[in-house]
Amino acid sequence: MIKIEKRNDVSPSIYFLTPILAIFLTLFGGGIIFYVLGFNPIIALKFFFITPISDLYGFSELLVKATPLCLIAIGLSFCFKSNNWNIGAEGQLIFGGIVGGGVALLFYGHDGFYVLPIIILSGAIGGMIFAMIPAVLKTYFNTNEILVSLMLVYVAKLLLDYLVVGPWSNPEGFNFPETRQFSESARMPILFDGLRIHAGIFITLMTVFLSWLILYKTYLGFQIKVSGLSLKTAKYAGYKGETMIIIVFMISGACAGLAGVGEITGPIGQLHRNISPDYGFTAIIVAFLGRLNPVGIIFASLIVALTYLGAETAQIFLQVPKYTGQVFQGMILFFLLGSDYLLFFKIKFLGLKKNEL
Amino acid sequence: MSFDLNFIGILIGAIMASSVPLILAASGELITERSGVLNLGVEGMMIIGAISGFALMIITDNLFFAVIGSMLSGLIISIIFGILTQSLLTNHVATGLALTIFGIGMSAMIGKNFVGIPGKEFPLLFVNLKENIPFFGPILFGHSIILYFAFLLPFITNYFLKKTKIGLIIRAVGDSPTSASNQGINVILVRYSCILYGGAMCGLAGAYLSLIYTPQWIENMTGGRGWIALALVVFATWSPIKVLIGALIFGGITILQLHMQAIGFRIPVQLLSALPYIMTIIVLVIISRDSRKIKLNTPTSLGQIFYKEK
Repeated sequence: MIKIEKRNDVSPSIYFLTPILAIFLTLFGGGIIFYVLGFNPIIALKFFFITPISDLYGFSELLVKATPLCLIAIGLSFCFKSNNWNIGAEGQLIFGGIVGGGVALLFYGHDGFYVLPIIILSGAIGGMIFAMIPAVLKTYFNTNEILVSLMLVYVAKLLLDYLVVGPWSNPEGFNFPETRQFSESARMPILFDGLRIHAGIFITLMTVFLSWLILYKTYLGFQIKVSGLSLKTAKYAGYKGETMIIIVFMISGACAGLAGVGEITGPIGQLHRNISPDYGFTAIIVAFLGRLNPVGIIFASLIVALTYLGAETAQIFLQVPKYTGQVFQGMILFFLLGSDYLLFFKIKFLGLKKNEL
Repeated sequence: MSFDLNFIGILIGAIMASSVPLILAASGELITERSGVLNLGVEGMMIIGAISGFALMIITDNLFFAVIGSMLSGLIISIIFGILTQSLLTNHVATGLALTIFGIGMSAMIGKNFVGIPGKEFPLLFVNLKENIPFFGPILFGHSIILYFAFLLPFITNYFLKKTKIGLIIRAVGDSPTSASNQGINVILVRYSCILYGGAMCGLAGAYLSLIYTPQWIENMTGGRGWIALALVVFATWSPIKVLIGALIFGGITILQLHMQAIGFRIPVQLLSALPYIMTIIVLVIISRDSRKIKLNTPTSLGQIFYKEK
C-alpha cells in the first residue's frame, strides 16, 4: 500500500537535493533514449557530458556558454519569485543586442576606453525597455505577460533580421546578412590567449552578487519574495504591486540585454541573424534548476551550458542533430518539476498486512 | 499584372491551406484551455506529430497509419504534460515550456534519418472540379481531406462546447473546478482527457505540415506556428468560430507576404511577418482592458493547479 500525505513544512535539504535527483534521472533517461536510437548509452553519454570539458579549451567554452545563461536566469529569478511570468527573455536579449550593436556600429572606427562601457550600458537599457512593454501592458491593461513577452520574441527576431539584411548590413559584405565586424574598442577583452572566455563573465558574477544583495539584504527583495509567496499578504502589507511588476521586469530585461550585448561584443563580434541559440528560453530552465537562488543558478548554468557543448560534440562524433541538447534540457525540467512533488507530499510505503493478502 | 479572378481564387485557396495547422492546433488547445489547463507545449506536440506522421508515411507507405499515428504520438507526448500537471501538480507554464523544448529536440533525433527524403504524394479531392470552375474551383476543391476537416472543426467544437453535456462539464471544470468537483465531477479525469485531445489535434496539425503543406521533414519545421496557435486562442477570446477567422487572417498575412516578396513590394517582409504577433498584442490589450469582455469566455481557473484534499 502507498499512502500520500501532504507535508506541513518543506525541509531545506530536500529543496536543494531534488535538482540533483533530477539531473541523475535525466542522465538515466538520456541513456535510455540513446540506447533506443541504437547507440551505446555509456559511450554516448561520455561524448555528451565528459568529452566536451576534458581540456582547457572545452572548459573555457563551458564558461562562455554559462555566462549569458547565468546572467539571464538571475534576472528571471526576480520575475519568477514575484509570480511574474516573463518568458520572453530571448526577445529582450535580442533587442539588447540590437541596441548595443547599433551603438557599436555608430562608434565604428572610434578608439577609446569609453566605447565598450557605453555599448554595454545601451544594451542593458535596450533589454530593459523591451521588457517594460509586457510589464506596462500587464499593469495598465491587465494583459497576460506570458503571451505578450513571447510574441515580442518574434518581433525582436524579425527586427534583427530586417536590420542585418537591410540598413545595417556590411557595405563590403557581398550582401551577407550580417553587419561589419565591430572595432577592437567595442569588443569584450579576451581573458586568456587562444581561448574565447571574455570579460563578460565578470559582469555576470557582479550581477549575481548584486542580485543576492537585493534579494536577501534589501526591503525591495523582501517585498518581491512576499508578493511571490502570497499576493494577498503583499496587498495587506500595502506593497505597490504595480510598481513591483515593472521593477522586476526591468531588472530581468536589463540582465537579458546585458547577455545579448555580451554575446555580440564577446564571442560573435558583429550582428547577424542568429546571435543567440535560444539562451533566453533555456535560461528559464536554469532559473528553475537553480531554485531561483543566485548560487544555485551559477551551478545550474554550468550544467545546462554543458548540454549545449555536449550536443555540439555529439553532433560531430555520433552524427546526432544539434537539437539533441534540447532533449536533455527538456528532460531536466520535466524531472525537476516532477520531483518537486516530493517537496510537498510525503509518500509512505506501508507494508501489506497479512489479512489484506 | 491584369486583374485575374482565378488568380484571386488560387490565392484564397493558398491562404486556407496555410491556416489549416493553426486551426487544428488552436482548436485543440482551446478545449484544453477551456478545462482550465494552459499547455504551452503546442509547438512541441506539433513537431512530434510532424515527424511521426512523416516517418510512418515513409515506413508503412500508408496514409491512414501516418495520419492516425501522428495524432497518437501527439497524444502520447501530451501524457507527459498530463501526468506532471495533473497528478504531480507541477506549474503549467514551466511544464509546457519543457514540453516544447523536449519535443523540438526529440523530433530532431527521431528525424535524423529522414532528412532529405522526398515525401509521398497526398491525395487531393475533387481536382478536376478545381481546374474546371473558375474562382470557386481553387477555393472549394482540390484540397486534402484534412483541410475540409479543419474547416469543419471550429463549428463542431462550438456545438460541442455549447450544446452538449460533456461540453458543459468541460466549461464547468475550467470555470470553477472546486464546485465542479463538489458536484461529483472528476476534475482530474476531465482535464486529462482535454489535454490528450489537445495533444492529438496538435499532432494532426504537425502532420499536415510534413505530409501535405511541405511534404518533407525539416528540423524545427513548425517554425513557431505552435506559438501563433496559442496566441490565436487568446486572440479569439476562447471562441472556436473566432479561431477560424483569426487563423485565416494569420494565414492570409503569411501568403500575402510571400506574394509581395515575389512582386518586389516596398514594405519590408519582416514587418509583414511581424504583423501577426503585433496584432495579437494589440488584440490582447483591447480585450484585456475590458474586464467584462475577457471574463465572458476566459476559463476562470486557467493555469491554476487543482488539488483535491482527500
